[in-house]
Amino acid sequence: MDIHEYQAKKILSDFGIGIPKGGIAYSPENAEYKAKEIGGSKWVVKAQVHSGARGKAGGIIVCNDALEVAQATDKLLGKKLVTNQTGPAGKIINRVYIEEASDIERELYLGLVFDRGSECIMVVASTEGGMSVEEISSEKPETIIRSKIEVAVGMQEFQAREIAFNLGIEPELVSRTADVIRNCYRVFSELDATMVEINPLVITKDKHVFALDCKMSFDNNALFRRNEVSELRDKSQENPSEVYASDRGLNYVGLDGNIGNIINGAGLAMASMDMIKLAGGEPANFLDVGGGATPEKIVKAFKLVSSDEKVKVILVNIFAGINRCDWIAEGIVQALDKIKIEMPLVIRLAGTNVEKGNQILRDSKIDYIEANSLEDAANKAVEALKKVENN
Amino acid sequence: MSILVDENTKMIVQGFTGKIGSFHAQEMLDYGSNLVGGVTPGKGGSTHLGLPVFNTVKDAVRETGAEASILFVPPSFAADSAMEAADAGIKVCVAITDGIPAHDMIRVKRYMRRYTKSEKMTMIGPNCAGIISPGKAMLGIMPGHIYKKGNVGIVGRSGTLGYEAASQMKALDIGVSTSVGIGGDPINGSSFRDILSRFEEDPDTDVILMIGEIGGPQEVDAGQFAKENMKKPVVAYIAGLTAPKGRVMGHAGAIVSAYGESAVEKVELLKECGVTISKNPSVIGETIKSVLS
Repeated sequence: MDIHEYQAKKILSDFGIGIPKGGIAYSPENAEYKAKEIGGSKWVVKAQVHSGARGKAGGIIVCNDALEVAQATDKLLGKKLVTNQTGPAGKIINRVYIEEASDIERELYLGLVFDRGSECIMVVASTEGGMSVEEISSEKPETIIRSKIEVAVGMQEFQAREIAFNLGIEPELVSRTADVIRNCYRVFSELDATMVEINPLVITKDKHVFALDCKMSFDNNALFRRNEVSELRDKSQENPSEVYASDRGLNYVGLDGNIGNIINGAGLAMASMDMIKLAGGEPANFLDVGGGATPEKIVKAFKLVSSDEKVKVILVNIFAGINRCDWIAEGIVQALDKIKIEMPLVIRLAGTNVEKGNQILRDSKIDYIEANSLEDAANKAVEALKKVENN
Repeated sequence: MSILVDENTKMIVQGFTGKIGSFHAQEMLDYGSNLVGGVTPGKGGSTHLGLPVFNTVKDAVRETGAEASILFVPPSFAADSAMEAADAGIKVCVAITDGIPAHDMIRVKRYMRRYTKSEKMTMIGPNCAGIISPGKAMLGIMPGHIYKKGNVGIVGRSGTLGYEAASQMKALDIGVSTSVGIGGDPINGSSFRDILSRFEEDPDTDVILMIGEIGGPQEVDAGQFAKENMKKPVVAYIAGLTAPKGRVMGHAGAIVSAYGESAVEKVELLKECGVTISKNPSVIGETIKSVLS
């Protein structure tokens, strides 16, 4: 789960990390008032959307008086910000963060992630803050500092100090910078984070160490014990179909193609999507209805996939193991009794009692195309799509 | 032979008396697994499915001599149950549970470092289908009848995609020595490499099928291991060609976040290691057949 910059900064601040003075605003008047309250003579108005690269997309505006703050806020609120991370649909700006502008001397990069190879928490730092970590890795890889933290004992002081010295921090600021690094580690381990990134971490001309921008992601599997984190979820930043799906226990990821998928199991779903691609089509979604594929889940899945306007053909691929194909077939028949599907439907069943299952489908009134292998299903779905497109 | 479990392996179920635990325990018994009891704290002393129930794993091990266990425990308690199994002397523990926090799994793995190599438990999963040695024993939730007994070892992350592969193989009359699901989570008990090394030493396994997916370094790491340490051929399929970067595709671990983690990159790196690639998921069986002959 991702959170907004202003939420991440509140967490940093709660963990003792310095942030510039700032406040959230929901209207131009509100923003103007906030700017005056913050004080100073220069502010930054920042669109709050779940995405990086907001600056390049016009989502961050520097202002020199309170009126400009109001105008910038007016310009941003209610708009969709399209960045290179949001996809073409963009993300809605429902609030802006007004922040006192900082007089920056140095910009650093600081990130913490899980390192799956060593199963440790990895600190990644660089002197080249302000660029994305991908840009740093490709353009200035020699500036990257990595430090593996053993989770059983946590981050040691010397490790944080080493990172700070390697970043070339001047001696009188080393202990303050090391504190920031250690506190970030605490955020990561105490809140079940999967990613904490401060970019840039700045040293101001008056020798403050500030987190100027921050992104955090959290382990969805641990939200049950992190109420303080799960309440920060902002559904307006998520794909509406994905919200619908997650509220109903389905695992869904929206994609750009036009062949909708209903599949049981994540691996089989990815494999079926691969087959669609190899057959010359593009999947509209990833959808795992779960190993069990109960009739209730299949009804919900049909509703979800058929509500996507891009979808022109639906492919159902169910491998019935413990649950037999005849039982799955009955579920599909029941589901299609409740919802009308106005587009070609390819169904491939496999596993236990496959013949019985297929017979039930054939004997029903369902208008569908039967497929007998993964490849056959993908080919038939692409063929059906071509027919639809030619009409 | 086979790896990890066979007809003599004494097994217990942790989370035995719950609905899911009961259902799969019965399936395992029907398959012929040597299930000797189960653990549900607070229900010790009773009988379930004709087998004794114990309060602790230690009690179960002491009374039954159990060597292997399978967990059907909710995510918030699963890490604790795995550590309890390790401490009681269980040698192989399969965690079926989906949704264990990554931080908890790291804790389990650190906890297990206290044991010497000979007394250390092998954990399989979490978020997996378990283990089956066809014709001998099942410590998992797979449909046993789709596996034919034979000489191909299977190791994969996914449940249903593994079933797909096994049934393609069965249709071509190819059998399986053991199939191991290592699960779809980012931090898991055993890696592809761990299982490959067991198959390499198993006299009844001639070829290994590795079913991987996007995310993490394990598939490529296993390819390196195969290149440097294995004589037996390895066939691989990597799912997730169409997965966009940075999105979780169902399995918590199926997310491309770095170079070498996409399907295309993994396939290239595995080819360099001499691994035979099944070019699509519909020809896994045929690819194995051509390698076997």
